[in-house]
Amino acid sequence: MTAALLLIRSTSADVLPDNRADVFYSKYSGGGMDITGYSATARAKITENFALEANYFIDKVSGASVDVLSQASVIKDERKQKSGTLEYLHDKTTYTASYQTSVERDYISDTASFSLSQDMFGDLTTISLGFSNSHNKVGENNGTADKPNVAWLGHALSRTYSGGLSQIITKNFIAGVNLQVITDAGYLANPYRSIRYLDPGNPRGYSLASQIYPDTHTSTAVQVQAKYYLPYRAAVTGLYRYFTDTWGVVGNTYELDYTHPISNKWIFEGRARYYKQSAATFYSDLFPFAGSQNFTARDQNLAALDNTTIGGKVTYAFLPDGWRIFKRGTVTADVSRIHFNYLDFRDIKDFGPPAYKPGSEPLYQFSAMVYQAYISIYF
Amino acid sequence: MRLRHILILSSLAGTVLLSSACSIQPWVKPYERDRLADPIMAWDRDAISSAYLDHIRESREGSRGATGGAGGGCGCN
Amino acid sequence: MLSTSTLLKRCAMAAIVVASTAFAAGGDASGTAPAFTLTTLAGQASGLSAYKGQVVMVNFWATWCGPCQQEMPLLDQMYKKYKPAGFTLIGVNVDKEAPAVKELLTRKPVSFPVLLDPANQVSKAYHVDEMPSSVIIDRKGQIRYIHRGYKPGDENDYQDRIRQLIRE
Repeated sequence: MTAALLLIRSTSADVLPDNRADVFYSKYSGGGMDITGYSATARAKITENFALEANYFIDKVSGASVDVLSQASVIKDERKQKSGTLEYLHDKTTYTASYQTSVERDYISDTASFSLSQDMFGDLTTISLGFSNSHNKVGENNGTADKPNVAWLGHALSRTYSGGLSQIITKNFIAGVNLQVITDAGYLANPYRSIRYLDPGNPRGYSLASQIYPDTHTSTAVQVQAKYYLPYRAAVTGLYRYFTDTWGVVGNTYELDYTHPISNKWIFEGRARYYKQSAATFYSDLFPFAGSQNFTARDQNLAALDNTTIGGKVTYAFLPDGWRIFKRGTVTADVSRIHFNYLDFRDIKDFGPPAYKPGSEPLYQFSAMVYQAYISIYF
Repeated sequence: MRLRHILILSSLAGTVLLSSACSIQPWVKPYERDRLADPIMAWDRDAISSAYLDHIRESREGSRGATGGAGGGCGCN
Repeated sequence: MLSTSTLLKRCAMAAIVVASTAFAAGGDASGTAPAFTLTTLAGQASGLSAYKGQVVMVNFWATWCGPCQQEMPLLDQMYKKYKPAGFTLIGVNVDKEAPAVKELLTRKPVSFPVLLDPANQVSKAYHVDEMPSSVIIDRKGQIRYIHRGYKPGDENDYQDRIRQLIRE
């Protein structure tokens, strides 16, 4: 089960961006999971005012996540995602409409989005507004990876409202603030995760039960960011995001990026990110007994955790000045290492009785490596 | 209701910012945008890569949203 | 002291006025074209006075401006076409540093004169508020038309105005 990719990330309202095609490879490796992704994207201007973009993405998952207690066998799944976007520029306003479909054996998601971006005040200020509507169908594979047997459990509807303001402060400095409110309703839990409660009758000392999630969820995120041009030609970016939701999760994200180009052929980028969140109110690693709360969860995403990311990216322009119809060609390699540290989620897959009584197993932590490689052609 | 208030307030803030009745003129001229037009000053040079990283984080964290940026650049046309 | 709602209403209306004037791609203008002297890439001094009596189009451009690059070949064609009739085009480049300009013009040369304005004095004098901007000046040295921005098809607009002024 995966979250839908956020489609509309940034727009520019003075000219439509250059035509571009990318071929993308990604790999996530960590916490017992290996996910390989391949993607192709192309965008082109049809007229000076209209641009179309299409993207195809395929993800292959294999592994056994530490909290998937009910599955004995290794997970193997494939996710296919397609999206199409239309952009229209009129004077200083860019209108964007897009549609995305994501299909996995046990999860189907469809999202329609619309946004507009307006340049104003001598092109120093940009205001964006966006709305997105998503419909998800959630199921559970009760069979195996090779012989699946999917039971559809429910639907979820999600609405996203976004607003953003970007302001040029000086000729070296730009700042922005984004606000996003997301509201979901329906089947919101991950069906593969279970809670555990103390059970002296069980040899392990605890028994499993299904999670019970509320059927609504509203979240608000505010991000402030700033980018500064350093005189020797480099850029430094700082951002802070505050997240809060009706489930009691409060998340704080801090990120610092540094971009350093060399001539018009190389761009080096380094990033450092720290994230900390508090647990959802209905989350617990070990409940005292069955039925102790109306809502129960033991999904590691809702635990109290922090994570630290260190990453770097290198872009090499093999075609810096273009050739015939191609304006520029680059190849990029991006590597990140994320270390996850859980404050109230225990590793019960690797540790148990008699050495560890329920509730005394070591707290879980793991490192993940994220690799990306892509070729981009501008034409 | 609260959401509508937030959206109305933010668009009003933007309007107040840009009006000449408040006697403020754009202080960075179009011919001074060379640094802002530099690709390294774009909020997002590679949207596919950023979207992928966002997806990785949203799948493993309880937070979501408010990522990305708009504006800046050449300001041409 | 204005009430908050009145102030906000007035700001909103002024914003709409400012925004709508900013949307106009081209407009008739007036006034004497400010004189200027700048240097070419080769280091020679030149200015508006060198073209007295001709119809002059001053085009403000930069190496980092996409639409500016788009219109350059068309401006070059236009220059070659109308030069015999007493027209000249001056490309005023606003880049802070010359090497990028030299590199671009070596790759994509133009036949019209290019002058460098790194201190942005001329841009300020002409109140450039959009990139690119083209200022069309008549034979008497009066500014007649300012075109802001560039979208394919605008070159027809330029040609209409130039033909009109050449006939005067």
